Amino acid sequence: MNFNDLSPLHKEFLKKQKRRKVVIHLLQIAFLAVFLGAWELATQVGWVDGFIFSSPSRVWNTFVNLFEEGNLFKHVWASTWETILGFAIGTILGMLIAIILWWSDTVKRVFEPYLVVLNSLPKIALGPLIIIWAGTGKSAIVTMAVLISVVITALNMLVGFCQTEQNKILLMQTFQANKAQIFFKLVFPANIPTLLATLKINVGMSWVGTITGEYLVSKEGLGYLIVYGSQVFRLDLVMTCTIVLCMLAGAMYGMVALLEKSVKFD
Amino acid sequence: MKKNILKLQGVTKVFYTKTAETVAVNNLTFSVDEGEFVAIIGPSGCGKTTVLSLIARLIEPTTGTITLASNKKQAVGYMLQQDHLFPWRTVEKNVLLGLEITKNLNADTKEYANKLLEKYGLGDFKKHLPNQISGGMRQRVALIRTLATNPDLLLLDEPFSALDFQTRLEVCDDVYSIIRRENKTTVLVTHDISEAISVADKIFVLTKRPAKVKKIFCCDFEKYPTPLKRREAPQFGEHFEEIYKCLNGEDDEL
Ligand SMILES: Nc1ncnc2c1ncn2[C@@H]1O[C@H](COP(=O)(O)OP(=O)(O)O)[C@@H](O)[C@H]1O
Ligand SMILES: [Mg+2]
Repeated sequence: MNFNDLSPLHKEFLKKQKRRKVVIHLLQIAFLAVFLGAWELATQVGWVDGFIFSSPSRVWNTFVNLFEEGNLFKHVWASTWETILGFAIGTILGMLIAIILWWSDTVKRVFEPYLVVLNSLPKIALGPLIIIWAGTGKSAIVTMAVLISVVITALNMLVGFCQTEQNKILLMQTFQANKAQIFFKLVFPANIPTLLATLKINVGMSWVGTITGEYLVSKEGLGYLIVYGSQVFRLDLVMTCTIVLCMLAGAMYGMVALLEKSVKFD
Repeated sequence: MKKNILKLQGVTKVFYTKTAETVAVNNLTFSVDEGEFVAIIGPSGCGKTTVLSLIARLIEPTTGTITLASNKKQAVGYMLQQDHLFPWRTVEKNVLLGLEITKNLNADTKEYANKLLEKYGLGDFKKHLPNQISGGMRQRVALIRTLATNPDLLLLDEPFSALDFQTRLEVCDDVYSIIRRENKTTVLVTHDISEAISVADKIFVLTKRPAKVKKIFCCDFEKYPTPLKRREAPQFGEHFEEIYKCLNGEDDEL
């Protein structure tokens, strides 16, 4: 469709929408600017203690220092890699569990209650056990990230699979489709939106797993830096790492959102 | 001499649930000749869908036999109440679904499916997604999806009931002419008397549940080639009255 072919009212409508979008973006930037400005001002004039609450300029200096020492990249990379591993393993494993449970009604009925209980268990309670079982290295952290995302993935996907329209399954059966065909031609494609929604949740989940894992063990990573910073009372460091973490998680979420946009079929 | 393509003999189907035992079909016997268009009509809940599911072998009869005179693996094409097109597949891909599942997708069958699409005015919409075409067209795509596997017997379960009245008449005309041109033996299930009269050669009126054949009507509309024209024929009203009386009458004799 060409913009010039549209009716004047339609053009007007699109322009309005575009203008609205720009205004929203401007307001978002303005909010951030005011927030940072107020924060900086409050510490400069001494309303709050910059040593405890840090400030944008302190964060910036810490960031530059970390960068110049060459340490920033090492820590960022460690955490990101652990998160991506946890995310991938958790998602794939959770999906496999969901497929097995969908496949056999008996297996589903036997294991669903266990899954529900596991889901409500705060996974961090397993931390000490994980350290004993998986050691104090990266594997413990990745295990934590996997544990936190795998159960929710399995449950979400299973619910999605089971909600596939019964009449569409009947249609498949009128062509004598077997279970594998029903899954790969109908149930799975019908649940791509469920999968994408689950991926979005898992971005957050695997970051939670990685950071809590790093709190417990590890000698590198953003979680380690945050704990270290708070122990030696370098709150600038804590704040800087938190902000870097925000940006990383946001970027990863953005990538999933982009993926979602590219597979929309209706 | 016409040959039987489908024969049901003393077919009974009982459903069991936690709280009840439902006899949906009781000792049902009828046959359908090759090339015939049969309409089965009966009050809702009387077991019509069950009869079609039995014929399509989606469920097994409790007792009785169902014989299909066909040597094809996919002898029956079943068109459901709604089109159930998959929104992530293009029109063409939807039509090829049955061929894919039955592992019959090859150059010949693909060409056959594409010819059907072109013949029935969907050639330009092959690459469209289902939500980009109208409700009437979607129903046509669903029919072609069923025809693409080239079945010997077509089963239609209230195929127009999800459409509004105007579209329904058009689509009914459409579907009827396609079925006649492709020369398919057809069993259509409906609870709409006029719909049954406007398409069928023979009408089986079923009793209330459990379903049995109450009466068989033959429709003769030789000079009226389409469902819409049939509706204007003088004998249409007579047939309607007869069947209406039979459906709602108290007489339970065969
Ligand atoms: N799978 C099933 N389990 C239990 N009862 C069923 C099942 N399918 C249909 N029935 C019952 O059988 C009867 C006939 O149903 P159906 O064949 O769908 O009727 P119709 O298509 O004529 O409206 C109904 O009373 C329905 O509740
Ligand atoms: Mg029905």
